[in-house]
Amino acid sequence: MSKTDLTRRGVLRTGAVAGAGLALPTIFTSGAHAFTNEPMGGTVTLGFNVPQSGAYADEGADELRAYQLAVEHLNGEGDGGMLNTFSSKTLEGNGILGKKVEFVTGDTQTKSDAARASAKSMIEKDGAVMITGGSSSGVAVAVQGLCQEAGVIFMSGLTHSNDTTGKDKKANGFRHFFNAYMSGAALAPVLAARYGADRKAYHLTADYTWGWTQEESIAAATEALGWETVNKVRTPLGAGDFSSYITPVLQTDADVLILNHYGGDMVNSLTNAVQFGLREKMVNGKQFEIVVPLFSRLMARGAGENIKGILGSTNWHWSLTDEGSKAFVKSFGTKYGFPPSQAAHTCYVQTLLYADAVARAGSFNPCAVVEALEGFEFDGLGNGKTLYRAEDHQCFKDVLVVRGKENPTSEFDLLEIVEITPAAQVTYPADHPMFAGGALGDCNAG
Amino acid sequence: MLGKKILGLNKKDTRFLLIVIALTLLTPVLLQPFAEGSELAQFNGGYPDLMQKIAIFGIFAVGFNILFGLTGYLSFGHAAFLGVGSYAAVWMMKLLTMNVIPAILLAMVVSGLFAAAIGFVSLRRSGIYFSILTLAFAQMSYKMAYSVLTPLTNGETGLQLSLDDPRVLDRAIEGSSLPVTNIFGLAMNASHKVEVLGRVFTFNVGYYFCAVIAVIAFYVAIRLFRSPFGMMLRAVKSNQQRMTYTGLDPKPYTLAAFVISGMYAGLAGGLLAAMDPLAGADRMLWTASGEVVIMTILGGAGTLMGPVLGAGVIKYLENIFSKINESVLHSWFHWLPDGIEDVVIWVFARFTGEGWHLTLGVTFMLVVTFLPGGLVEGLKRLSKRIREGKTKRDKYDGSDPEHHPAPTKRVAGE
Amino acid sequence: METILLQLLNGLDKGSAYALIALGLTLIFGTLGVVNFAHGAIFMIGAFCAVTLSRLLNLSFETVDPEKLDFLGNPAKIKTPYVEAWFGHDFGHALIDWAVPLAILFSIPIMIAVGFIMERGLIKHFYKRPHADQILVTFGLAIVLQEVIKYFYGANPISTPAPDAFKGSFDFGAMLGFDPNVIIYPYWRLVYFLFAAVVIGAVFSFLRFTTFGMVVRAGMADRETVGLLGINIDRRFTIMFGLAAAVAGSAGVMYAPILSPNYHMGMDFLVLCFVVVVVGGMGSLPGAVAAGFLLGILESFSSMNAVKSILPGIDQIIIYVVAIIILLTRPRGLMGKKGVMED
Repeated sequence: MSKTDLTRRGVLRTGAVAGAGLALPTIFTSGAHAFTNEPMGGTVTLGFNVPQSGAYADEGADELRAYQLAVEHLNGEGDGGMLNTFSSKTLEGNGILGKKVEFVTGDTQTKSDAARASAKSMIEKDGAVMITGGSSSGVAVAVQGLCQEAGVIFMSGLTHSNDTTGKDKKANGFRHFFNAYMSGAALAPVLAARYGADRKAYHLTADYTWGWTQEESIAAATEALGWETVNKVRTPLGAGDFSSYITPVLQTDADVLILNHYGGDMVNSLTNAVQFGLREKMVNGKQFEIVVPLFSRLMARGAGENIKGILGSTNWHWSLTDEGSKAFVKSFGTKYGFPPSQAAHTCYVQTLLYADAVARAGSFNPCAVVEALEGFEFDGLGNGKTLYRAEDHQCFKDVLVVRGKENPTSEFDLLEIVEITPAAQVTYPADHPMFAGGALGDCNAG
Repeated sequence: MLGKKILGLNKKDTRFLLIVIALTLLTPVLLQPFAEGSELAQFNGGYPDLMQKIAIFGIFAVGFNILFGLTGYLSFGHAAFLGVGSYAAVWMMKLLTMNVIPAILLAMVVSGLFAAAIGFVSLRRSGIYFSILTLAFAQMSYKMAYSVLTPLTNGETGLQLSLDDPRVLDRAIEGSSLPVTNIFGLAMNASHKVEVLGRVFTFNVGYYFCAVIAVIAFYVAIRLFRSPFGMMLRAVKSNQQRMTYTGLDPKPYTLAAFVISGMYAGLAGGLLAAMDPLAGADRMLWTASGEVVIMTILGGAGTLMGPVLGAGVIKYLENIFSKINESVLHSWFHWLPDGIEDVVIWVFARFTGEGWHLTLGVTFMLVVTFLPGGLVEGLKRLSKRIREGKTKRDKYDGSDPEHHPAPTKRVAGE
Repeated sequence: METILLQLLNGLDKGSAYALIALGLTLIFGTLGVVNFAHGAIFMIGAFCAVTLSRLLNLSFETVDPEKLDFLGNPAKIKTPYVEAWFGHDFGHALIDWAVPLAILFSIPIMIAVGFIMERGLIKHFYKRPHADQILVTFGLAIVLQEVIKYFYGANPISTPAPDAFKGSFDFGAMLGFDPNVIIYPYWRLVYFLFAAVVIGAVFSFLRFTTFGMVVRAGMADRETVGLLGINIDRRFTIMFGLAAAVAGSAGVMYAPILSPNYHMGMDFLVLCFVVVVVGGMGSLPGAVAAGFLLGILESFSSMNAVKSILPGIDQIIIYVVAIIILLTRPRGLMGKKGVMED
């Protein structure tokens, strides 16, 4: 945090001077603008709304690092990162549409209310034309709704619930991150191939909306391949000690435990499950297995050795060897000294995608941006060929199936990629029942 | 004259109320002291969301203070009423109309009923036992709203409007985008911006709506504080036993105070939904209940203005300090030599941006250590010092017993 | 039957955690009458004592290994802990492995010091202030302590494993004659339970059988008279604060392998502990311990599938439901004393 970085400082100083020149007409109402927060001067402000306190503060900090890097690259500083590998070449490193990119930050506290308050202050006070960030689905859905009402674009950060682009989808909101359905679709074949098609699964699920959508997705995907679901047990958020939920597993004939938990819950339930000796057990003549469908490398560190050999899925990992990933890891690693997380990656990409859409549309108008992003196909941003589907504003791209590494070579080297599931395998129709019940509505320009 | 006849207040209270009205009306100007684009503009708080939040949490804290400041009963579950009020209001907007009036009325009614039920049970105990009972009810509400009651509350995400809501009264006029909250057609998010001397003032419909209600709520609180009913509540605080011996049953009074203060919380919850139609379970978490306790104590428990001040300070810190990131700090201190700049920025960064909680914690400790009686006490001391400076020898102690926090009883077991 | 026994074990384990934290809290809150919202933070600091010691033991020097490459393609740096270099690989490794139990020794002086500083520097001035003021100041303190820990250790949970010797689990059911492979219990949890029993026993006998304890108990009952008798009760209360901090801190250290420590774990436990103390009854140490075990066991039972299928979500609220029932049927909790914090 206290590191001095000359390049960044240079940007910030000039940015501040440019900001001082903000000109406003003497009297105007919101009608004077063509759309909410139309950038008038030589700068454009983006709002980075990430958790800075609470359980996801470290992910928030990593997201913020990625955003700063993205802003640097957009303004033509640093090594350009993934701008060099991005298939679309409209961005020239001179800001967005020639306007220098500035940013404001805020703390979501991983609470819907606080996140909306923070986003509102960015829109009302700082004139942000796009809001992005977040590390949980509840916050993503809440802020997405706000941006829809306020008439700005929302580029979500880490949000994995089906609802974000399902029943709560909004015309002004876009998700690059993958979702629970995709996790299931990518993971199930690997599970069936490694553990056999004749398995009995026991689900422990965090008792809130994200947990439910993941449980539904994974159960459906594994059942389709012949697995039986023995039980689905809901656990309170932040239960801490999961012993009373894990011991009953031993009394059923289940031979796989699926932990639909994230963050601290994932760390604790996995640690507890390993402590109770589940992984040494043989049931029905088979080795007992534990699966963590959504892996986060940052969080997995908290579980220490317990993640070794555990299968899960992830949106992106720094050990990918395509040109885009390599460029991103290089510029992030050089600047900060450690590899980026999947949250950082998705946030960086979202910022670039937004900037590119504005550049292609030739306007900051949210409706023009929506039009530019809908159905947009691109490559070179780390997940292979990707489509931003017009019907639900969800990205369709390759999904990684990963496993906790047995012999890590460094503190960052926790996961190894088992399989890269092609986008086609995780694509679902826009009217899939797990995503039913919502409508994008019309784009809102304020 | 005006005060006595129409409002039923004495001269002093009338003056007090007029000052409060003036302050509320001028908030958009007062909170925007720095020129746009200047380096201190970061400290400007005059944007609609923050002003609305201060007014709303002011109402919440004033209501809480009716219970705590007068009767001494420390409820640690008041956020539940705020949460229930929000849910009721959003449901009204989903089912009936986006006009905020029915929503707010329903919020008050529902939270009043909820408070009556919880209060009836909890008030059977006093002291810490009462606090824990209210806490237990609120935590239960939170946990249920987050999980089992999701069909009613939409769980983690919070209850939101959606396009396929019935909204019976508005059905005809709706397009394919979400409607906005309004009062008889006047949208809550409509603003008028005025630029004077480089400062941009935002006059927002929603804020003024909150402000008018806050002033009314404040006025009702003054009347309550000064009424025989308020006197009874003070009697409950100072000596419940003696009250019982004189043949008065304290329970109806405390229950009434509990319900009134629960309705204030519901009103605040309804207003939150009216400004921003979302109701999240987080609003009922114990930290939210703790927040209103802290707002009240920070400002000055038992005083009229204190809770509002406390609410303002906490919301301001939360919203303004959390946004001062390192790049903002760089822009402030870029004129310093590099080495010193880094040190200065490092120190400031611990208290702003992601470190804003630290500022909050330190503020709590400093205020309570050096200003027993809260911020109001501090203001009073300040004004006293100024007055003494003017008139040298003023033996009359200007402190108003009504505005002064009565000392609570000493710790038991000492 | 097995299910019930198993959940009883889980409950005892959970209960011993609650009882230990509540015991420390009730020394300060139930008896000294200070509403200490920083108590959870003390528990958290205890857990971070374990983290700190394990980090200290893992302090390493770096050597460059040109054979291997790091994630950026530069030659990788290989870390070797100093202790392994100084004491030989095996002994050094064993030291690192035993970081958590060793942290108990490390944490006790630290926690006592924390308790002393808190009491002398801050709480002392608040004995006669209203409870509301105590809440505000200790809540402020808790936030400050939390932020300090967050600055040094980040927000994510930190893995703090138990020594290898205690890592596995054993078949408790088979030992009692049940079917094998049904009642399996981790060694560390058993250690934790025994540890809690020892600490609780020690605190009780300290207050019961020593002169110091007698004076403190007298001081709780009537501080003024004890003071008039020429006994420096203030100093003893300071020591009580240190004791409470040490109890909560050691609870945190030993809990670290069960619950990976993070900076907000104190707040997560805080509310629960207040509930436990009050349900136990104000001013009663046995009450707090009994309530801790009772709520822990009931929480475990309520998470059984059979119970949850009848009352969905009951495991989330059972503690509060029980608290309400107990407080309504027994006005002063399980074993509360009359007149303590009732007004």
